[in-house]
Amino acid sequence: MTKPPYIEISGATKTYGAEDAVRDVGLVLEAGHCHALVGHNGAGKSTLIKIALGLVRPISGEIQVLGIDPRDRAFNKARRRIGFLPEQALFQGTMTGMETLKFYARLKNAPGENLKALFERVELGAAATKRVGAYSKGMRQRLGLAQALIGNPDLLILDEPTSGLDPASRKNVYRIIDDMKADGVAVLISSHALSELDSRVDEVSILDHGKLAATGSIPALRAGAGLSSHIRVEAGPKQMPKLAKLFAGEFDCGHLVNGVAILECAEKKKRLLLKKILDHGVTYKDIELSEPSLEDVFAAFTNHGARQ
Amino acid sequence: MRNIWTIAAKEIRDGTRNRWIVMITLIMAGLALILALLGSAPTGTTSINPLTVTVVSLSSLSIFFIPLIALLLAYDAIVGEAERGTLLLLLAHPISRWQVIIGKFSGHLVLLTFAILVGYGLAGLVISQTGDVGVTKAAIDSFIRLLASSVMLGAIFLALGYLISAAVNERGTAAALAIGVWLLFVLLYDMGLLAMLAVDGDHTISERVVTWLLLANPTDAYRMFNLTGDEHTALLSGMAGLSARLQVPAVALIALLLGWVLVPLTISCVIFRRRQL
Repeated sequence: MTKPPYIEISGATKTYGAEDAVRDVGLVLEAGHCHALVGHNGAGKSTLIKIALGLVRPISGEIQVLGIDPRDRAFNKARRRIGFLPEQALFQGTMTGMETLKFYARLKNAPGENLKALFERVELGAAATKRVGAYSKGMRQRLGLAQALIGNPDLLILDEPTSGLDPASRKNVYRIIDDMKADGVAVLISSHALSELDSRVDEVSILDHGKLAATGSIPALRAGAGLSSHIRVEAGPKQMPKLAKLFAGEFDCGHLVNGVAILECAEKKKRLLLKKILDHGVTYKDIELSEPSLEDVFAAFTNHGARQ
Repeated sequence: MRNIWTIAAKEIRDGTRNRWIVMITLIMAGLALILALLGSAPTGTTSINPLTVTVVSLSSLSIFFIPLIALLLAYDAIVGEAERGTLLLLLAHPISRWQVIIGKFSGHLVLLTFAILVGYGLAGLVISQTGDVGVTKAAIDSFIRLLASSVMLGAIFLALGYLISAAVNERGTAAALAIGVWLLFVLLYDMGLLAMLAVDGDHTISERVVTWLLLANPTDAYRMFNLTGDEHTALLSGMAGLSARLQVPAVALIALLLGWVLVPLTISCVIFRRRQL
């Protein structure tokens, strides 16, 4: 891809009083990619999004969004190419969904004809002419998403698009994100939990207390977290001493009770450990392998940051 | 321009959707009619035109009522959207912040103007049809002056409301400040002025100073414009003595009222520009 990145931020710092909202944070988002910002509430996700939208001026940092510095006056025009879903937007309850979208379409100078298709896209077709006041929480979130899709944006910025959605709606959000990616749209989303993300997210940046704790794909983060897998061997009480002897000094056999052994082992040694069990004729009833969950990975990065 | 109109149109639609405009117009018309019919009763068969009486009583009503509804309409305009999260979304669009303020202000002013013109106009029409004495041209003139200056009074307090709304971070604070502004300009200021004059038995305060102090409050300037502009209204409202001596030309009063609209509105644009989101 020869196109320059749609978002290129480096060294962005913003403080509110004595507190750092974000400190020295960088972010690169290429066309056709989906990048997720993950962090606890107050970790700086929304601030970074506001910086990218030119709504907050950082005290330092290099920022290019769609090739323009959002602090420039010229950026106002580029806003037409950006779709944005704020973390929480309570649209006027007295307007219908269609009127709401028409209002934002007019501000974006986007044609108002294909709005109906947007309602279909977020599965809100039947509610287009209903008042927003009668919408459920999930419907309002979907209306917000439809609003972000007005005018075929090149850059889509979604602040917590899946929070409060049921799994089916969440899947629909990722399906839409996928469609957008296929059209070459760059998507920046934020989430408060790594486990909420879909595997279709290309890169993840974990923010912790305003600092960038880690960045990379989900598998890369998993590997980088240095967490160990757990192997649970159910083999009966008689086999326990054998297992203990077998792995003494090599693996942590912290748990050897009631005929169940739980062995902790680093990512790389999984194969070796399994081979040893099989080679030494341990009679087992069951072997279960569990990888660290995304929640564990997330905790590993954010706890690390907190200790610093 | 297109952006301003889009924002204004949305405010107008909101105002009509939630029945705000219907309510306020009905209240305006109702109060104006009651005041007008009651007010014209004691004049009976005198030569004073009932419409003139109406102008005097309506301008007193306006001073209480119009600032109140204007502030109620405006205090929420910016801070309310900020709290609902829609301000962030709005400003992510290709729109300048001053366009947001001017657009919303224009929309609110249209709503308020409609309520004043229809509400008071209705009352004026009824009065001019029922009186025994024919309506003079001077009476109509002063009634039109009342309508125009009432719209201006509304615009002033809308602008003050926007100033509050752009400056504070919480709706509660904005509401409290709006009440404070209303109390100050509508009640406390005049009470303070009266107290000062009462204490000042030796007339050390010159009429000039009193005039300037009156002009410093937009509601007093409005009162002056309506009650001293015409000899009949002046006579009726007991402002005759004052109007003879206060040589403030109507043009100057209009300019002053206009200043009270433009200055707060400009400051609110500046404050809003610097607002942290």
